[in-house]
Amino acid sequence: MTVTMAKALNDGLRAAMEGDPKVVVMGEDVGRLGGVFRVTDGLQKDFGEQRVLDTPLSESGIVGAAVGLALRGYRPVCEIQFDGFVFPAVDQISSQLAKLHYRSQGRVRMPVVVRIPFGGGIGAVEHHSESPESLFAHMPGLKVVACASPSDAHWMLRQAIASDDPVIFFEPKRRYWEKGVVDDDPPPLHTARVLRRGTTAVLACYGPMVRTCLDAAAAAEADGHDLEVIDLRTLSPLHLDPVFDAVRRTGRLVMVAEAPSSVSVAAEVAARVQEECFHSLESPVLRVTGFDTPYPPSRCEDDYLPDLDRVLDAVDRAVAW
Amino acid sequence: MSVPHDWIPAVDAPPGPPREHVLAGLRGTDEGPDLVQLLTPEGERIACPAYDAHVADVDTAALQALYRDMVLVRRADREATALQRQGELGLWVPLLGQEAAQIGAGRALRAGDMAFPSYREHGVAWCRGVDPTELLGIFRGTDHGGWDPVATGFHLYTIVIGNQCLNATGYAMGQRFDGRVGGPEAEATMCFFGDGATSQGDVHEGFVWAAVYDAPVVFYCQNNQWAISEPNERQTRVPLYRRAQGYGFPGIRVDGNDVLACLAVSRWALEECRSGNGPVLIEAFTYRMDAHTTSDDPSRYRLADELELWKLKDPLERVRVHLVRGLGVGNDFFDEVAADSDALAARLRAHCLAMPQPGPERIFSHVYAEPSPELDAQRDAYLAYHASFEGGAE
Repeated sequence: MTVTMAKALNDGLRAAMEGDPKVVVMGEDVGRLGGVFRVTDGLQKDFGEQRVLDTPLSESGIVGAAVGLALRGYRPVCEIQFDGFVFPAVDQISSQLAKLHYRSQGRVRMPVVVRIPFGGGIGAVEHHSESPESLFAHMPGLKVVACASPSDAHWMLRQAIASDDPVIFFEPKRRYWEKGVVDDDPPPLHTARVLRRGTTAVLACYGPMVRTCLDAAAAAEADGHDLEVIDLRTLSPLHLDPVFDAVRRTGRLVMVAEAPSSVSVAAEVAARVQEECFHSLESPVLRVTGFDTPYPPSRCEDDYLPDLDRVLDAVDRAVAW
Repeated sequence: MSVPHDWIPAVDAPPGPPREHVLAGLRGTDEGPDLVQLLTPEGERIACPAYDAHVADVDTAALQALYRDMVLVRRADREATALQRQGELGLWVPLLGQEAAQIGAGRALRAGDMAFPSYREHGVAWCRGVDPTELLGIFRGTDHGGWDPVATGFHLYTIVIGNQCLNATGYAMGQRFDGRVGGPEAEATMCFFGDGATSQGDVHEGFVWAAVYDAPVVFYCQNNQWAISEPNERQTRVPLYRRAQGYGFPGIRVDGNDVLACLAVSRWALEECRSGNGPVLIEAFTYRMDAHTTSDDPSRYRLADELELWKLKDPLERVRVHLVRGLGVGNDFFDEVAADSDALAARLRAHCLAMPQPGPERIFSHVYAEPSPELDAQRDAYLAYHASFEGGAE
């Protein structure tokens, strides 16, 4: 049976809440409305207002109160309504959530998940299409993941909730309604996954760009290019062994992400690959990303977002190097 | 709900800024008409019908114990300040002048309650059973907080101003969710912050959240008149305790240099929270008699006369006078307290000088609860590099 990513997330939340009475869901409009993307649909009706909290419109409050609830033994799952609204919470995320385990030398744990719908492609007004994941990957003490398929959405969310570390959980909002089968046997949370084997070059990606890269790899067959596609899934810590392995086999890597490229996860992957695979590289690591600009007005987003053609152009450049 | 204090403003309350809190250029000398006080600066016990019942059990021995607490935390504070001056601590944050505000609140807490301090709450730490030696690591640079926040019911110091108001509120929400409001196992949370913190968004959000979730949390603001160099009027137009009105819960101003009044008001407020009538805001009106930290120089922004005036309201002196004149306590007690405080200071100093230097592995320890292979690799690489020097030196 196939389900949408939004439904897979909803099922994952429900399973986590059924499995542990300490799991609470909190955020703006997550209760009666079921969330603006309906990811929490029906949960308040079934679990009550004390397990699914419609919170004040207060992002610092959502994370700050979740820190206090975690100190009390709860496992809060916070929803930040849109990527661009997370910034009032960044103080609590960086100063408290990320550091309390370290500051207390392990005496207190912070099993908090902060879910953030991210990325563009839905024609939204500003602050609704951003990709701030690199910011959080730069904060020691946090773990950062991005799901790309309904199966990963379901299982990675459950694994993140079960984790005793704080996890920033990025959901590609433009993929919420794409359908897929939820697997029975999920890989561990902090592992990258090879989605397609290939010999010409490697496409490394995460979140909304995974679908773009798979489409690009399919289209590249017509040009005689056999592309490997790796979904990074975990952005902090990175799990790059499959990428290193693929680069050693193919000699070429194109890193694809929506976020601005400078000082980003994509930049970090490029740096690591040149450290680990220097003698295997046939061409420089190329990045296909958003630009170093604020997210543009949505009428321009088709030019801003990496698409199949930009990915294949980079592949051509890598091959022709 | 029993609110022994009329916190709802009169309809004909004068608009605009309140009465001045500056007399002849000296700040914080007029506490306003609503100040709760049980023991005057001259050491006279005065009747306070609204709160007397909350300290009816405080006999001579109990008052002696409160006095001893204050003397010991002041002595530890002075010793730590000296240790900083002698280069043994990188920094110290003095509590001088705020002993009554902290001991009164700290002794109102029960074992099952939770306290969220800012970073000046050495007196509250003392009441929670955190030994003064455990505070030193932060300021000597050997740890970020050496005590167990769970076992002591005393969260780690929070240095980012105001963050803890939301953390405390979340914790108190958990107390309510756990059914620990009302009944014999009732608990409450107390959150400590200063006058400067009241300008932070997190304090506002904490007030909002606590109000809408009926969280059993006492917001305990020590208004010591100064946020480093900035006086109260850079933070507020209204007396801080009155802000509670806007959030829909009681706000009380208490003489923060009166340990008995702080104890009484804190006990009342905690009981309100335990019985489901929280939150409550307490403004303890006090004075920071020393610098903000040992790196600060108050002579650049405030008059020396102001400190002289506040010395007349010293929190320890009024209790000593009351014990001697009002209750007939003899010199033996004061000699014993002095000896105890000297012994504490000596122990603090000896502990400080003997604190071990953490090794480089400390950098990497407990970043995560669960393994991070990337970080482990970084650690292993650095420790190997470090070890290569040790080997080379042989």
